[in-house]
Amino acid sequence: MFDVSAAALAAQLFTGLVLGMIFVLLAIGLSLIFGLMTVVNFAHGSFYMLGAYFGFVLLGLSGSFWVALAFAPLAVGVFGLLVERFLIRPLYGRNPDDPLLLTFGLSLVLVESARVIWGKIGLTLDPPAALAGAVNLGFTWFPTYRLFVIAVTIVVVVALWVFLKRTNVGLVIRAGSRDPLMVAALGVDLRRIWMLVFGIGSALAGLAGILAGPMRGAYAEMGVTMIIESFVVVVVGGMGSLLGAVVAGLLIGEVVSLTTFFAPKLSDIAVFGVMALVLLLRPSGLFGEAGLME
Amino acid sequence: MQRRTFLKTATVGAATLAFPSIVRAQGGDTIKIGFPGPTTGPFGALAKDQQQGAIVAVEEINAKGGVLGRKLEVLFRDDELKPAVGAQRTKELIENEKCEFIVGGLAAHVQMAINEQTKAAKKLFISVSQSDEITAKPDLGPLTFHEALNPTITSRAVGSWISQNLGKKWWILYADYAWGKQNTAVLSEGLKKQGGTLLGSTPYPLGNPEFSAHLPRIIDAKPEVLVTMTPGADNIAFLKQAISFGMKKQMKIAQPLHWLPQLKQGGPDLYSDIYAGISFTWQLEDSIPEAKNYVQLYRKKYNEPPGDYGAYAYSAIHEVARGITLAKAVNSDAVASALLANPTYNHYKGKQWWRTCDHKAFQDLWIVKGRERAKMKGDWDFLDVVQKVAASESLDRTCGEKGVA
Repeated sequence: MFDVSAAALAAQLFTGLVLGMIFVLLAIGLSLIFGLMTVVNFAHGSFYMLGAYFGFVLLGLSGSFWVALAFAPLAVGVFGLLVERFLIRPLYGRNPDDPLLLTFGLSLVLVESARVIWGKIGLTLDPPAALAGAVNLGFTWFPTYRLFVIAVTIVVVVALWVFLKRTNVGLVIRAGSRDPLMVAALGVDLRRIWMLVFGIGSALAGLAGILAGPMRGAYAEMGVTMIIESFVVVVVGGMGSLLGAVVAGLLIGEVVSLTTFFAPKLSDIAVFGVMALVLLLRPSGLFGEAGLME
Repeated sequence: MQRRTFLKTATVGAATLAFPSIVRAQGGDTIKIGFPGPTTGPFGALAKDQQQGAIVAVEEINAKGGVLGRKLEVLFRDDELKPAVGAQRTKELIENEKCEFIVGGLAAHVQMAINEQTKAAKKLFISVSQSDEITAKPDLGPLTFHEALNPTITSRAVGSWISQNLGKKWWILYADYAWGKQNTAVLSEGLKKQGGTLLGSTPYPLGNPEFSAHLPRIIDAKPEVLVTMTPGADNIAFLKQAISFGMKKQMKIAQPLHWLPQLKQGGPDLYSDIYAGISFTWQLEDSIPEAKNYVQLYRKKYNEPPGDYGAYAYSAIHEVARGITLAKAVNSDAVASALLANPTYNHYKGKQWWRTCDHKAFQDLWIVKGRERAKMKGDWDFLDVVQKVAASESLDRTCGEKGVA
C-alpha cells in the first residue's frame, strides 16, 4: 500500500492544494457572513452552483471565459445582496435558527430552479485555450488550469485581507463583528454593511463555482456535498475566523487528497474525523474565538 | 373569490396537476401498464429516454389497433430514485390505478423495492435496468422478468474483450455502491482467468465530482488500461479530469457502458477513444431492420435518436403486448406463462429470448468506441461499433449459481 514514488506523493500534495483552494473560497464567504451576522448560510452551496451556471451562460453570451470569470461572481454577489435585503433582513432579531431554516429552504428552491432552467443533466464548461493542457512541474505533469485556480485564489485572498485590514469599510466590518451595538451607536448604518458582506460572501462562493466548473462541470446538485465539507472547514478553522478558513481549507484539501491516496474507502469520512479531533482539542476551532456562538 | 371557493378550486387544480393520468384514464377501457422511474435526480435523462421508448411502443401498438381490441396506456410515476418512493408509487399504480402490469425501474435498489410490491400483488413486472439480484434467489418471483443486461453479462463481455484487445495490465476505479462493486468483482475475476494483472483498484464515493486525488497514483502505476465505473454525472467529471492530467495519451480508458445522454453532454472531445459496451446504439439501424423501425419511430416523435435504456422500455412494452396476445387474456399469470412458453422475440435489435429458469432476457451487445469529432456524421454520431458480442447464456451465472434452478 505504501510502495509509492516520491513523485506520485508530490503530485498528490499538489492535487490536494487545488481541492483546498476551492474550500478556502467557500469557507471564507461562510465564515465572513457568520462572523459578522451570525447567519449560518445554508444556501452557500447553491450560490457556488449558481456561479458555475452563470459562468456557463456568460461564456455562451460573450464567448470569453475571462468575461465569464469576472462577471459570474459579480452576478452571484448581486443575487446575494438581494437575498440579504429581501429575505434575510426581516429575520434579524429573531431566533438565530430562522435564517438557517430560510437559507436551507432557499437552497432547495435554487437547486430545483436550476434543474428547471438548465435541465437535470449537467453542463460542461471548457477552460480557455490558454489554460488547456498540462505543465511539467518536474515531478509530474499538472493541468495548467489547476495551477491557475491556485493563483486566482491566492490573489483574491490577499486582496480580501488588504480590504479588511487597510480600508475604512474593512475597519467597520471588523468592528461590527466584534461589537455591533457599539458600532451602531457610533452612527454607522450596519444594515448596509451586512448587505455588503453577504454580497461579498456570495460572490466568493460564485467565484469558487465558476473556477470549479471547468474541472467538475456544472450540475444542479454540485453544491450539496460541497456545503457540508465547507461547514467542516469553517468549524475546523474556527467560526468567523478568516485565517482559520484559509488554513483549515488547505488542511482539509490535503486530508481528502492523502486519504484518497492511501485509503480511498476512508476519504469520505476522514474530514469528519479531523473535525471531531479538532473539536475535542480546541472546541472553538483552530483559530476561533471562544464565546462567539453564545 | 371567497376563501372556500378558492380552496376548492385550488385543491381540484392541484389534484389534476398531480394526477393527470387519472383524468385521462376515465375515457375508455384501456389496458394499463404502470411505469415507475426516477424522472427527477441524477438518472433523469436515462429515465426520460425510457419513458419516450415506452410511449413510442404504445403508440405503435395502438396505431395497429391495440391488443385484443383494447388500447394500451402507460402510467408514468416518479420514484425519485428512492426505494421507499418506488414501492409506494408501484402500490398506488396497482391498487388505485388498477394496473395489471408494471414495467420500469432504474438503479438496482429501486427495482428490488418495486419487485417486492409486484410479488406481493401477484402482478407481472418487467425490469428494464441493470441488476444481478433481480433474476436470482431470493428476489426472483414467478412473475418477475428482466429485460436489461446485468453487471455480470456486461462486465464478462466487455472485460474479456478489453483484456484480449487493449491490454492485460489494468487499474479499476469504481463508484463505491452495488453496481460499481459488482462490476469490479466480475471484471477482476475475468481478468485473472485471462492471465492479466490488476495493478490496483480504488473506490470513490458515488456522486463525488472530484477525481484528481485518485489520478497521480494511477498514473504512477502505469496500467495499460484504466477501467472505470463512474455512472451518471460522475462520468463526465472523471473524463474531464483524467484528460486534463494527460491520461488519455498514457493509457487506454474503458468502462462497462456508454450512455447516450452523457455522450451528448460530454461530446467527442471527452469520449473519443473511450471504449465501452452498449446494449443498443441507433447506428445499428444500418444493419438491423427492427432497429431501423424503432429508430425511425423515435426520431419522428422526438427529433433525436433513442438511447439504450429507452430501447429496453420499448422492448418490454412490446413483450407485455405480445404476452397478452398470446395468452388472449389481460392477466399477469397467463401472460407470464405465455411468454415462457414462447420465449423467443425480436423487437428492436435481433433475436432475444427468456431463459425459463430465471426469466432473464438474453440478447446481443456491442463493444463501441467514442468517435473523433472530425469523423462524426451529424450531432448524435458519437460511437463506432467495434464488435458484436452475440447473446449467450454462458455470459451470465447459471440458474444453479443463482439458486433458482
